[in-house]
Amino acid sequence: MTEAEVDERIRGLIEPFNKKGVAITSATTFANDLEFDSLTVMDFVAEIEDEFDIIISMNQQAEIETYGLLVSAVHKLQDS
Amino acid sequence: MTDNATLAEAAPATETHDLFSKFDPIIQTRETLLASGVEDPFNLVMEKVLSPTRAICNGRDTILLGTYNYMGMTFDPDVLDAGKQALTDFGAGTTGSRVLNGTYQGHRECEDALKEFYGMDHAMVFSTGYQANLGIIATIAGKGDYVVLDIDSHASIYDGCAMGNAEIVPFRHNDIEAMEKRLRRIPEGAGKLVILEGVYSMLGDVAPLKEMVAIAKKYGAMVLVDEAHSMGFIGENGRGVAEEQGVMDDVDFIIGTFSKSVGTVGGFCVSNHPKFDILRLVCRPYVFTASLPPSVVATAATSIRKLMHGSNKRAHLWENSKRLHAGLTQMGFELGTSEPQSAIVAVIMPDLERGAGMWEALLQEGLYVNLARPPATPANMTLLRCSLCAEHSSEEVETILQMFERAGKTVGIIG
Repeated sequence: MTEAEVDERIRGLIEPFNKKGVAITSATTFANDLEFDSLTVMDFVAEIEDEFDIIISMNQQAEIETYGLLVSAVHKLQDS
Repeated sequence: MTDNATLAEAAPATETHDLFSKFDPIIQTRETLLASGVEDPFNLVMEKVLSPTRAICNGRDTILLGTYNYMGMTFDPDVLDAGKQALTDFGAGTTGSRVLNGTYQGHRECEDALKEFYGMDHAMVFSTGYQANLGIIATIAGKGDYVVLDIDSHASIYDGCAMGNAEIVPFRHNDIEAMEKRLRRIPEGAGKLVILEGVYSMLGDVAPLKEMVAIAKKYGAMVLVDEAHSMGFIGENGRGVAEEQGVMDDVDFIIGTFSKSVGTVGGFCVSNHPKFDILRLVCRPYVFTASLPPSVVATAATSIRKLMHGSNKRAHLWENSKRLHAGLTQMGFELGTSEPQSAIVAVIMPDLERGAGMWEALLQEGLYVNLARPPATPANMTLLRCSLCAEHSSEEVETILQMFERAGKTVGIIG
């Protein structure tokens, strides 16, 4: 799967979590722009993990602050 | 000399960055709460402790319903005698690590009592339950290993994960399928540790250990179960939820504490792993701290041995839990579980403000419960957490229910 395809799928998954309809760019942050709390993060991560059949450990999650970082991390993980 | 002075003068005076600024939001929340006039829920002083179930709190005679003193061992005469004797014979403290000068006869006897209590080959006593989780988890799960744990795990479990170098993979609370999916995705050949709790302390609910342990074994994971809130009470011999659900033989490590049913302080891990004792040399929270005082291990050992024969007390504690749960449900309170699963009954409050109001109203009635709030609670809930004691009489439980009814109506939690 190309990074563009990963991006498209994640955009679909994030929609129900993007309650305020924030315009998402690669610089959008989960904590500040999207105001995700820890429960939302857990649900959102679980959706992505199931969609791509991958694990995003808490250690990795700590490094993923923006949407762009998420797309490239998932792209790498589903390739490996 | 002059050079230094010149340098100091040349440097512009920068304002100190206050490292405490990060606590401002919590300071604000606390000030708002206290400004409403409630007694500080996190600053209660017990001036006198009358029994396992009664104390003078903030000047009032109070029934204790939030102490985790499940089996009421804190004032057991045999336990107290053992402690006094050890204090006289061995002194006030060991002033040393378990691996140097801090292992006394009493520490050995305490570990022997644990081995017998659980029917396991090895036991290791830590200075607190927190340190037991911290030490065992951080030490056995290393770089490249995976820890799969329930998202609602206790802080000491998360801190053990943070202290180690393993990959940490949480799954939705008590969700068997979510756990299995994560185990399945772990790369082949990696070490795996599944961490579960028998009873989850916030809502008092029990884990489906039978199914979860079987799945963990299917994927070749080692299993650690924290039985802090079930020891002495759940299972035929009080060994916990793993015993109750018949999976003791498949659990690799049981972590527990002396600060609940045992009635003192300390933590432990029991295991049948043949190499278990090497942990005494490599587990830093075990090595780099002073061991428990002789009086504490003497009270713990005596209490543990008495708990082996506590079936009558266990039966009464179940009666208390069932009665409180049924009574509160009938009054219209929303509880953490739809049926009583442990000695914890969690009453869900609409928000922190009304939770604190209800907590204070109960305190004025003469009842102490725990006020639990985010981030310690799941799903950002505010809870009034009640933990029952085998020493609460049936009459006391009725009194407690009347207090809840009056306070609940005053604060407007129930109609």
